[in-house]
Amino acid sequence: MKDKETKAVIFQILIKIAPDVDPETLEMEDNIREVLGIDSFDFLQFIIGLDEEFGLKTPEEDYGKITTLKALITYIKAAKQRLIK
Amino acid sequence: MIEFNMPSLGADMEDGTLVEWRVKPGDRVKRGDIVADVDTQKGLIEIEVFDEGTIDQLLIKEGEKVPVGTAMAFIIPEGEPEMAKKESPAPKVKTEPKKKKKKKNEVKKKAIEPTAKEILTGSVDRKKISPLARKIAAEKSIDISSITGTGPRGSIVVRDVERAAEGKGKSRKKVKEDKKAQAQKGLRAAIASAMSKSNREIPHFYLEAKIDMSKAMAWLKKTNKKRDVKDRLLSVVLLIKAMAKAAEKVPQVNAYWEKGLHLKEAINIGFAVSLRQGGVVIPAIQDALQKSLPELMLLLTDLIPRAKGLKLRSSELSESTITLTNIGEGSVATVFGIIYPPQVAIVGFGTITEEAWAENGTISSRPVIHVTLAADHRAIDGYLGSRFLTAIKDHLQNPAAL
Repeated sequence: MKDKETKAVIFQILIKIAPDVDPETLEMEDNIREVLGIDSFDFLQFIIGLDEEFGLKTPEEDYGKITTLKALITYIKAAKQRLIK
Repeated sequence: MIEFNMPSLGADMEDGTLVEWRVKPGDRVKRGDIVADVDTQKGLIEIEVFDEGTIDQLLIKEGEKVPVGTAMAFIIPEGEPEMAKKESPAPKVKTEPKKKKKKKNEVKKKAIEPTAKEILTGSVDRKKISPLARKIAAEKSIDISSITGTGPRGSIVVRDVERAAEGKGKSRKKVKEDKKAQAQKGLRAAIASAMSKSNREIPHFYLEAKIDMSKAMAWLKKTNKKRDVKDRLLSVVLLIKAMAKAAEKVPQVNAYWEKGLHLKEAINIGFAVSLRQGGVVIPAIQDALQKSLPELMLLLTDLIPRAKGLKLRSSELSESTITLTNIGEGSVATVFGIIYPPQVAIVGFGTITEEAWAENGTISSRPVIHVTLAADHRAIDGYLGSRFLTAIKDHLQNPAAL
């Protein structure tokens, strides 16, 4: 999956949990939660969505690693690599 | 005969517009059944009935705006013969004249969303249209009479239908946005009125306690490690349960002030949900004391998205007995709330942050939360408030027992 496609899926999940946000305004280095106003409840729904869409199992201690779009895309790529191995 | 009235969904609600009846005369209803959808300042609310019986008469029409307390329907109670109908008093319908503005909206809506009949009977025959264009128009529910044809001799072709479909999408979106903006304005007015009343009438006093959250957070981490991502708990459920248990110990905080203190048996915690675009909605977590932590989490998963979408039930908006406001994330350490009348207390939880903590002569770094109580001094005093906050603290030191 290309970065662009990953990003599109991430945006779909964001719109699903927070229908009134516009993820298109996000820059790659922006803090997703701060910029879009995602609270801990929405964030948990976001993680659930990511796990479902990408087949991951994101542990709680990794939440701090996926604060920006750039970090999240890298994280998903690495996690999928691990899954293949 | 029982009168079913427009319910009050909080001290700030003056009226509501009946959008749809979900029942008709002759239908049997029982406690908790949803009988109508009512548009209020707090969004579209599903109205529940609290009696058991048979719907006798619907007294107000869909689209009507009536003040709180107006009779909306008659219900024949269980066991009462239908004959009672004739003895029933004349309905006290306090109908407000329909506003012109509302009518205008209706007309607008109609133009945008033609009924199936209109689509079929529109002046289709007088207009020339290609078979494919007709098929697409039917699929997309577009009124052919509203399309200007650009094909040969003014006939309607596919591109005309597509253009019309695009325009329809846009205007639908606009109506949706307008409605949202209107709801937003209403909500703001409702908050303004309730909070002004509270500040004017309630002599608030405030207390604050700092709570060491090491044990609670360690327990949460451990339990979440074993849980599937879907079943993970958020720290807020620990706060809700600790607060419910503390309210059981100090029942005077779980009460209404209405010409005197009235203790409430059920502990229904009003959970303040902030809307991203501004505004707060406070649905009730009913019988919080009786619910386990996973049950509370499940309930929040259902309640929070509906609160954010302004789609709550009447009981969820009117049955809170004490409020919890939770700043959650960010860098705010302490929040002092304003009581939601007629309640007598609101508890505020700040963000959990690492702080230097002195205990037994040593200093260490610990996750700490600041909890506040804003209470009605007509109803309770500092001593009880202090006991209540201490009880919250004690319960959070033993998370496994929550």
